Amino acid sequence: MSLFPEQASTFASHVDALYGFLIAVTAFFSLLIGTLVVVFAIRYRRRSPDEIATDVHESGLLEIVWTVIPLGLVLIMFAWGASVYFRITRPPADAIDLYVTAKQWMWKIQHTDGHREMNELHVPIGQPVRLTMASEDVIHSFYVPAFRFKRDVVPGRFSIAWFEATKPGRYHLFCAEFCGTRHSGMIGWVYAMKPADYQAWLSGGASGETLAAAGARRFQEQACNTCHAEQKGARGPTLVGIFGKSVRMQNGQTVVVDEAYLRESITNPQARLVEGFPPIMPTYQGLISEDGLLQLIAYIKSLSPAPAEGAAAAAPTPTERKPAKP
Amino acid sequence: MSTPAATAPPEPRVHPVNYLNARYGVKSWLLTVDHKRIAILYLIGVTFFFAIGGLFAALIRLELLTPAGDVFQSETYNKIFTTHGVLMVFFFMIPAIPGVLGNFLLPLMIGAKDVAFPRLNLLSWYLFVIGGLIALWAVVHGGVDTGWTFYTPYSTVYSNGWVVVTAVGIFINGFSSILTGLNFLVTIHTMRAPGMNWMRMPLFCWGMYATAIIQILGTPVVAITLLLVAAERLFHLGIFDPAQGGDPVLFQHLFWFYSHPAVYIMILPAMAVISELVTGMARKPIFGYKFIAGSSVAIAVLSFLVWGHHMFVSGQSVYAGLVFSILSFMVAIPSAIKVFNWTTTLYKGSVSYQTPLLYALGFIGLFTFGGLTGLMLATLGLDIHVHDTYFIVAHFHYIMVGGTIMAYLGGLHYWWPKISGKLYPEYWSRVSAWVIFIGFNLTFFPQFLVGYLGMPRRYHAYPDEFQVLNVMSTAGASILGIGYVIPLVYFFWSMRYGKDAADNPWGATGLEWQTPSPPPTENFPVTPVVSGRPYDYTTAVEAGARG
Repeated sequence: MSLFPEQASTFASHVDALYGFLIAVTAFFSLLIGTLVVVFAIRYRRRSPDEIATDVHESGLLEIVWTVIPLGLVLIMFAWGASVYFRITRPPADAIDLYVTAKQWMWKIQHTDGHREMNELHVPIGQPVRLTMASEDVIHSFYVPAFRFKRDVVPGRFSIAWFEATKPGRYHLFCAEFCGTRHSGMIGWVYAMKPADYQAWLSGGASGETLAAAGARRFQEQACNTCHAEQKGARGPTLVGIFGKSVRMQNGQTVVVDEAYLRESITNPQARLVEGFPPIMPTYQGLISEDGLLQLIAYIKSLSPAPAEGAAAAAPTPTERKPAKP
Repeated sequence: MSTPAATAPPEPRVHPVNYLNARYGVKSWLLTVDHKRIAILYLIGVTFFFAIGGLFAALIRLELLTPAGDVFQSETYNKIFTTHGVLMVFFFMIPAIPGVLGNFLLPLMIGAKDVAFPRLNLLSWYLFVIGGLIALWAVVHGGVDTGWTFYTPYSTVYSNGWVVVTAVGIFINGFSSILTGLNFLVTIHTMRAPGMNWMRMPLFCWGMYATAIIQILGTPVVAITLLLVAAERLFHLGIFDPAQGGDPVLFQHLFWFYSHPAVYIMILPAMAVISELVTGMARKPIFGYKFIAGSSVAIAVLSFLVWGHHMFVSGQSVYAGLVFSILSFMVAIPSAIKVFNWTTTLYKGSVSYQTPLLYALGFIGLFTFGGLTGLMLATLGLDIHVHDTYFIVAHFHYIMVGGTIMAYLGGLHYWWPKISGKLYPEYWSRVSAWVIFIGFNLTFFPQFLVGYLGMPRRYHAYPDEFQVLNVMSTAGASILGIGYVIPLVYFFWSMRYGKDAADNPWGATGLEWQTPSPPPTENFPVTPVVSGRPYDYTTAVEAGARG
């Protein structure tokens, strides 16, 4: 029985190395304290009922030593842990996009080419995968132990995260945040595939409509296009080329148009209005499903094919690579 | 054999009137304002809730014996672990040491006749019992399935359980905690015997003082939070529910702003007990008195600044994560200082292997290990993997069960002669200490391993490859359960058949040992005067030990 899960992502070896260091520190101090306690208890056992102990009860030097050494060690842990954390929380710019909807008690995955999966997730190895996740009900958590990767999916917002699989195989996908009756049934599999196998998988069972096309259809259905036309001068700002750009708001603030801002503009349009446009857009809160929102986002992203220069540096979530599939 | 009887032969002294036999009848107990009798009431109360919470733990381990969810239905299982958590955290861990040992000892240790507000003290107990019974009512009438953490929007919108009733029970119990903290704080400030300045105060009192600070400042926050949950559930206020513009993560911030300090409400009193046990059983002045006392206060203050480490994967900003990570590491330092000082106290001591020492050494080992695994959780990159897995479950059980319950039981043994006036059977008590230590490790150590392998917590069914470790854990839990039953039996037994205890069976310093066992209602026939440092074993011990 192995004591470590498989290492199947670029995070895994970093996390395990960090774990190894902490195990070493834990083992050292547990053994140190355990040994000292046992040795002292035996060496200084009470030999006669009247025995009186030696009065040693303070040492400034010792107090400094056992304050400073642990302090140094935890600072190392902090710095090392933070560097791994930065790696895990910053998606690279060249990632492919996957869209995840969590609901009681299943995972729905949409690929940009229109593939949809339920409780299964096919990804290529050697290629960063960027997840844009939404929940339809309660908080869930997307957890793949073999990738040492976990991220809560909080309703009412997008949770954006990434990983890069390194080893072909089938790995557990768990929901890690208690989400109700069948929480332990909200599980699935991640299939990490060699790029060629992945391409073969993609070409089979095509759904006919890419995610962006599905979003475009919704864009029409919801009549978004009546205001957000392709050319300038319409009642609403044009959405062409807008993703990843900095936009001036009415209150003078500047906002980078990312998934979170697009989501807010659909569900709560008055929150941050673009400069020069009247507050006439109604809210779509409750009118569009989480799946539909993700499709709209994919569509709007597809209107901005090239990553905007400069925005990548300013935005906490870097810009989008063009959906690869025709 | 160095039994208490051997070190201090019980003289045929008779204490005709003490707090136990001063008055008789149920009414004399239920309406008592004597802090010692209220401590006994708490002992009965927390033992009751511990037994029920333990029973629910047994049901959890039974279900997890096999990978499939085959003993209970999922919803039932979810209610079982929720009930286990709610009862153990709010109705056992938080009240246990302050309610039982704190109430009994604090006035005795500072040479006072009672706490500052005796009637308020009784009210605290009633609030605790009423809160607990309300929570139990919810369990009996269908239960609640949110987990003891009540995360929104599940608890406010989706759960079908008795969320509001349970929250009301916890809310009421919260006032018990607040009032106890207030009472202890005022007692320590105003009722110390002549000559007992702050630096002469036993470390147990310092621990209670630090605990009281958290109880008073933290508990109102969880009370407000639970009120907001109830308001959203009943009146759809839209505070946490994103469908109404609320923020589910706001709940986590509010909840952990109390509930992380609450962890220290559970462990600081345990540390306070250990400080007494180590020095008493080694018969040596405690090493680094000022550092142990100061570290208690440092922990109390820092405990309010670390709540965000529960949200490293919830989407809080990376920079907030950094701040909470480093602050969480900082709280480890005063804890480490305590462990080193306890260990060094044994050095060149006169160490007796009686039961309280066994518990104290068990505590030091398990708390050290539990604390060090806590560092892993404060480490940002590592927490992402182990968050919400059995690794967390193992970690906090090392602190709560390996730490707090070990200290509570050790303290109960150490002061049992004073509380009951009787000696417990030394042989069986050592047996139970070993059984508990072994059973505990077998139960919870495998959970670290299965957690790192990726088994999420609160799973009713789990993949087959996790079974071996779960079987080990269940086997350990069976041993642990037996370990807890043994003391229950012999404590009862000793009340009737135990040998009479001397006033100071351990030959310990401390004012509580200078009054009869059991103490008279007014504690001290003459108000004591304190003239030296605490734990002065090397100069002044003879009078107390063998007097």
